[in-house]
Amino acid sequence: MSISTTGAVARPETAAAPRGGAPPGRRLPDLARWLSPLALVLLWQAASATGVLPEDKLASPATVLVTGWSLALDGQLGDALLVSSGRVAAGFLAGAAMGGVLGLVSGLSRWGERLVDPPVQMLRTLPHLGLIPLFILWFGIGEEPKLALVAAGAAFPLYLNLHAGIRQTDPALLEAARVLGCTRYERIAHVVLPAAVPQALVGLRIALGAAWLSLIVGEQVNADAGIGFLINNAREFLRTDVVVVGLLVYALLGLTTDALVRAVERRVLRWQAR
Amino acid sequence: MAGAVSVRGLVKEFPVAVGRRIRPGEWRRVLDGVDLEIAPGEFVALLGRSGSGKSTLLRVLAGLDADVAGGFSVPRRVSVAFQQPRLLPWRRVWRNVVLGLREVDGRVVAERALAEVRLAERADAWPLTLSGGEAQRVSLARALVRRPDLLLLDEPFGALDALTRLAMHRLVEQLWREHRPTVLLVTHDVDEALLLADRVVVLDAGRITASHVVDLDRPRRRSSFADLRVAVLADLGVDDAEAA
Ligand SMILES: Nc1ncnc2c1ncn2[C@@H]1O[C@H](COP(=O)(O)OP(=O)(O)O)[C@@H](O)[C@H]1O
Ligand SMILES: [Mg+2]
Repeated sequence: MSISTTGAVARPETAAAPRGGAPPGRRLPDLARWLSPLALVLLWQAASATGVLPEDKLASPATVLVTGWSLALDGQLGDALLVSSGRVAAGFLAGAAMGGVLGLVSGLSRWGERLVDPPVQMLRTLPHLGLIPLFILWFGIGEEPKLALVAAGAAFPLYLNLHAGIRQTDPALLEAARVLGCTRYERIAHVVLPAAVPQALVGLRIALGAAWLSLIVGEQVNADAGIGFLINNAREFLRTDVVVVGLLVYALLGLTTDALVRAVERRVLRWQAR
Repeated sequence: MAGAVSVRGLVKEFPVAVGRRIRPGEWRRVLDGVDLEIAPGEFVALLGRSGSGKSTLLRVLAGLDADVAGGFSVPRRVSVAFQQPRLLPWRRVWRNVVLGLREVDGRVVAERALAEVRLAERADAWPLTLSGGEAQRVSLARALVRRPDLLLLDEPFGALDALTRLAMHRLVEQLWREHRPTVLLVTHDVDEALLLADRVVVLDAGRITASHVVDLDRPRRRSSFADLRVAVLADLGVDDAEAA
């Protein structure tokens, strides 16, 4: 999912395919859908060129493009990208591991649910981005509060969806597995966990979106490297072109990880194709 | 003896629930002293109105519902086919067939079983791509591949269209003749029961209230059991005029 959407999944894979027209798998992109975005960019360029939109409020698309290119060439963009991706990867892995383990524990065992679910449900009502002040007090202003924020953002969606996915398992299938002689372990491996995969993947996409969003907020705090640093630095010098480049890179990164999950989804959920 | 089923005074009660609240101390008696003996290799059809406890009896025999009073004994190897095929949609057809089996050459075993229900070519298909009749045949193959001494069928043709159902009748009869498991077929279709079974028993209000031996040559025709049909329908509380 893209960074800008927080709750719902953008364009879920399960959404209805376009009616009629091209056969599935070989959909031609509808070129007409590009008309209005293109017009908006042209309008933006025109506004900048005529001075209606001053450079210190928002740079023109052409300037943004040129700046982006030069930042990429002199290596600044690459370095920032590596640092920010690294933060998301580390924080996401920690958060996903925590959400995953807790989701499994509370999904698979009654006592696990009784013990784990209530505190998690209470904590998730806290807006996790609001935890920054606490994280700064706990972890200082280095890398740790940023990673903690990303981890917190990723852990909750994954926990909630994994837990829900496991609980949704069709009891009729479990019963069938039981009369077919499956042990408890086999029922979990062959019935419960596969049944939870679609919902868990939804959780994964939401978690990734939340991770990027948390990173953007976290990098506002005293970043000395990364895309957030690039943006904050540019703000000091009124370089709106660099700010826009940074935002675009954030968006691209979010879209990339989302596309990755969707590729995994297509492969793992092959069986859903009718 | 392998394959024999013996049920003596079986009683099954469920707690009475209003909404989600269970009323303590109140029980609803669904099976009220069922007596049933089935010989090894015998094909028995269990008829009864909806809600008469047919599925409950079958589930008890399958070991899915413990907590009963009275006694029953079933063979060690019991297989069940339900009204819904209950295939795991994320396992290919052949992997569904051998689910829970500990055979080394599962693929070979599965293919042989699928060939018996004439579905060998769908071994690698995903279950969601099967038609209702095909899925039910996979479910049948999955039950038979375990070489059961007792095969429990809970309205396995109930959700199929009429033509598919006819083909399934022939298939089940043929497989039963080849493998000779004891069969208990739950159905509410009198014709189906008389077409397939050696004996038809009627469950009503938690007890077996009637039993008819169907002493006719196979394969049977509907015209050959008109009188018996009237008698069984009468046991089910349907008189001749209504049935005609
Ligand atoms: N788990 C259960 N809890 C409470 N009541 C049940 C349960 N299973 C079945 N019953 C009740 O037992 C009766 C018989 O059900 P069933 O055996 O499914 O009938 P059928 O003959 O249609 O297969 C029904 O009234 C049903 O509501
Ligand atoms: Mg039933």
